[in-house]
Amino acid sequence: MNGVHDMGGMDGLGVVDSRDPGPFPKAWEARVFALTLAAGSLGRWTLDESRFRREAQPGERYLSMSYYERWFEALTDLLVVHGVISEVELARGRAEGPSPPLAVTPEQMAAVLSRGGPSQRLVSAPPRFSVGDRVRAANFHPHGHTRLPRYARGHVGMVVRRHGAHVFPDCNAHGEGEQPTALYQIAFEAHTLWGARAQSPGLVHLDLWEPYLEPA
Amino acid sequence: MPHDTHDDEDHGQAPPSDLALRVKALESLLVDKGLIDPSTLDAIIDTYETRVGPRNGARVVARAWSDLGYLERLRTDATAAIAELGFGGRGGEHMIAVENAPGVHNLVVCTLCSCYPWPVLGLPPAWYKSNAYRSRAVIDPRGVLAEFGVSLPRETEIRVWDSTAEIRYLVVPERPAGTEGWDEAALAELVTRDSMVGAGLALSPRGRVG
Repeated sequence: MNGVHDMGGMDGLGVVDSRDPGPFPKAWEARVFALTLAAGSLGRWTLDESRFRREAQPGERYLSMSYYERWFEALTDLLVVHGVISEVELARGRAEGPSPPLAVTPEQMAAVLSRGGPSQRLVSAPPRFSVGDRVRAANFHPHGHTRLPRYARGHVGMVVRRHGAHVFPDCNAHGEGEQPTALYQIAFEAHTLWGARAQSPGLVHLDLWEPYLEPA
Repeated sequence: MPHDTHDDEDHGQAPPSDLALRVKALESLLVDKGLIDPSTLDAIIDTYETRVGPRNGARVVARAWSDLGYLERLRTDATAAIAELGFGGRGGEHMIAVENAPGVHNLVVCTLCSCYPWPVLGLPPAWYKSNAYRSRAVIDPRGVLAEFGVSLPRETEIRVWDSTAEIRYLVVPERPAGTEGWDEAALAELVTRDSMVGAGLALSPRGRVG
């Protein structure tokens, strides 16, 4: 989706405050972080869908919300959309009737975190592009989730590395399965992307899936 | 960025914010439903507040500076080389190390959200998640670096890495001059979190470089 989350290259969003207040300046932020990881481990949605729910927050709200506020609103949406909790329960703050105990223990969670969730998959289809190929990022504006930023669309870059096949977020975010697809590291010259404003010499690299690319 | 560091609900002075109450209510509901174990939440928070952080990445960089064989393995398969030191898992499943060198500087960003190599750097600092950094790192890397007090020669090529997939990038900063013969533990002390994102340089033996 062409959302405000896709902010690479935008002006007017301020200067960088390089101070670091630590991961959780407020106690509730730590709880939101942990709730999101623990609820994610129930396996009812994918990481891609959870990213989509964050970026699908209304644009004006997205820009004004703090980081973990975005996480919290997205987590609430995910829990309701997937029927894990009901609107009534959310409003009353109490469970309506029994549900199976599914909570993961601290030990199980530690194993989940140390195992991680690799996105690479073995596929038999050979990748279409080779290192050194010139490719154009598609002029492509899907309504759903995508990881092709607007600032790269329509521009020509070069394949510098092949990552193998990885879970395709555009499908996986919407319950359409993993559909693993070839993933490439593409280098764009800064002047290609930014014209006269480019700071040369410079390159911007993106990791892009095959459906985002066409031969150039 | 809209990140307010004012602890309104943590010091017991002011009433809890609406958001803090909503978070508490959601946690209570999920516990009531048997979906969440509160001690699991405490363990997750403890992991990322005290165990997983940039000192892990500093050990990787110090090893790469000291051991050419390790540097080669880091270049060939960074995920495996990082796992040799015991680091891996969530947010670091597919790692790539990018090396600074004379005339080359690397800077990592996630313009679409906040992807960051958790096992080696911990959770991202507020600035990495900020709208300002996400919007500008790709178009104005020198301006962003200036806000960190870093100024590079005009001819230095800046390579920006936008983390658009599950590949996570770790910058290996240049080893500071005057550290010949230093052991890995001493070298690791010079490796700052910002230098491993590319928003800073490694410290010089006598203080901050740049």
